[in-house]
Amino acid sequence: MILNRLEHRIKNIEHRIMKLNSNRQFLEGSHAVAEIIKLIKPAVVAAYPITPQTHIVEDLAKIKASGAGDFEYINTESEFAAASVLLGASATGVRTYTATCSQGLLLMTEVLFCIAGLRLPVVITCANRSVSAPINIWNDQQDAVTIRDAGWLMLYAETNQEAVDLHLLAYRLAETLRLPVMVNMDGFVLTHTYEPLIMPTQEHVNKFLPAYKAEVGTFLDVKNPVTIGALAYPDSYMEIRKQLADDIYSSSDLIKKYNTEFKKVFGRSIGDNGIVEEYKTKDAEVVLVAMGSVCGTIKEVVDELRERKQKVGLLKIISFRPFVDDEIVKSLGKAKYIAVVDKSISLGSEGILATEIKRAAYNRLKVKIQSFVVGLGGHDVTKEMIEQIVFDIKKDKTSGIHFVGCS
Amino acid sequence: MTEIRIHGRGGQGNVKLAEIIAIAAFEDGKSPQAFPFFGVERRGAPVTAFVKIDSKFIRSREQVYNPDYVIIQDPSILAVENVFSGCKKNSVVIINSDKSPKNLCPGVSYKVICVPANEIVLKVIGKPITNTTMLGAFAAFYKLSKKSLEKAIKINLGERLDKEIIDKNIKAMNEAYNWVSKNYKL
Repeated sequence: MILNRLEHRIKNIEHRIMKLNSNRQFLEGSHAVAEIIKLIKPAVVAAYPITPQTHIVEDLAKIKASGAGDFEYINTESEFAAASVLLGASATGVRTYTATCSQGLLLMTEVLFCIAGLRLPVVITCANRSVSAPINIWNDQQDAVTIRDAGWLMLYAETNQEAVDLHLLAYRLAETLRLPVMVNMDGFVLTHTYEPLIMPTQEHVNKFLPAYKAEVGTFLDVKNPVTIGALAYPDSYMEIRKQLADDIYSSSDLIKKYNTEFKKVFGRSIGDNGIVEEYKTKDAEVVLVAMGSVCGTIKEVVDELRERKQKVGLLKIISFRPFVDDEIVKSLGKAKYIAVVDKSISLGSEGILATEIKRAAYNRLKVKIQSFVVGLGGHDVTKEMIEQIVFDIKKDKTSGIHFVGCS
Repeated sequence: MTEIRIHGRGGQGNVKLAEIIAIAAFEDGKSPQAFPFFGVERRGAPVTAFVKIDSKFIRSREQVYNPDYVIIQDPSILAVENVFSGCKKNSVVIINSDKSPKNLCPGVSYKVICVPANEIVLKVIGKPITNTTMLGAFAAFYKLSKKSLEKAIKINLGERLDKEIIDKNIKAMNEAYNWVSKNYKL
């Protein structure tokens, strides 16, 4: 009897997994993002092309032209305008979207701070690319980390599956918290890569992400007049900024909660909890810390080194903002050496993630933490380089910054 | 894992070729990964594209350094890039050329296949875009099912080209497949 019931349950679960996996497709990353945005149904899409983001807004234009997307598609004259259009549209209480990167993201900077300060739930994709000069169209992560203080939640995808999934999480978070969210995916390395992924169905998307209904009194509405963007005097500005800081920091609980819900609906988790993913860190002597697509290459190297009896692991950072110290320190507790692998640099200092990890570990971990910068401007990050990092961190007595693969 | 590196010039459909190979492999039940390395974005600039094919999801994002197959869409690339870089003893190099391997690249120890893809494509399609022809030559070595190959061409070119041109591309692929099967020991 019990066995029968158990069998029945297992069959049910198998059936569900089969149904979920049946939408396994082979897509280009940009195309997959455009498809998920179609299912998310924003009311307004602003578009200004910039490599390597262009395919996303191109595909959205095709979706609009074919009648499959019921959104306003607004071609703007610059990224500054694209961000401004989203600010205005979002302030009327509707769901909005755009994608950008590099110089385009930096041109948006002033507006990005405003969007966060005004508590508007805008979601954008950043197809991470290097920043000029010298001009370079290829991947690194300098663009987004440069505006990390703007007040946006910042999430990083390792695969195109994660890029798709993170957009769903992003809108859910944005609209609950009234905070903007940026989904980061490595330009070219993900945006231009074809790989298998499971495309969510409209039914499942609706289940996880309800239609957006802005709360009355939070948006511009002639029937309920409000002022958005008023002057804040010295007696209130600091309080408002503190509230923003508190809300972003405490959003980590909601990320975990929504990731659990996501798992229920889609049958897969985004990393361990939407914040980090530990890969063989439990007994690791050396832990590499990284974010984005390079984590895939690192996992491969971890497995190869483990075969050679080297205790190596990876901590993947999914949520860079909020930067959840407790989760991170917990995962790093047993390591002797921590190599932080950055695709960006704060010039005159070190890799940006490295500084963050050191801050989080201060007074909490007795461990060597070192900054390794890789892959700037599309410099290919090879498995050999990752192995070299594991080798170097154990040997090097200094705490200086390493540029890996730099001739 | 099988790794493929494609060399050509912008406008020859190199990236599309990588995509079509990968889509066909996916249709055959494999788990591929395909991505390009663009030079500057203009016609004529050297372009490299990569395909990896495995039975499980490919996590590593590194480019292809030790190719099992090299496909060269434009023989003029031989003079500007070391297309044989990282080749293994049993690597297969497929070149779009009407010359013989001995004349084109003397002294090379890899298995070199020369396919007159320009000639085939000009006859069948009338335009010197050789990617689907080179696909046929490649498919003669790395077995992909005919059904998946045709489907991949339709999926990848379908939204931009009309049926007549799609059919011609399939025909060019088949001609190259047959030409290679007849002229080389597979």
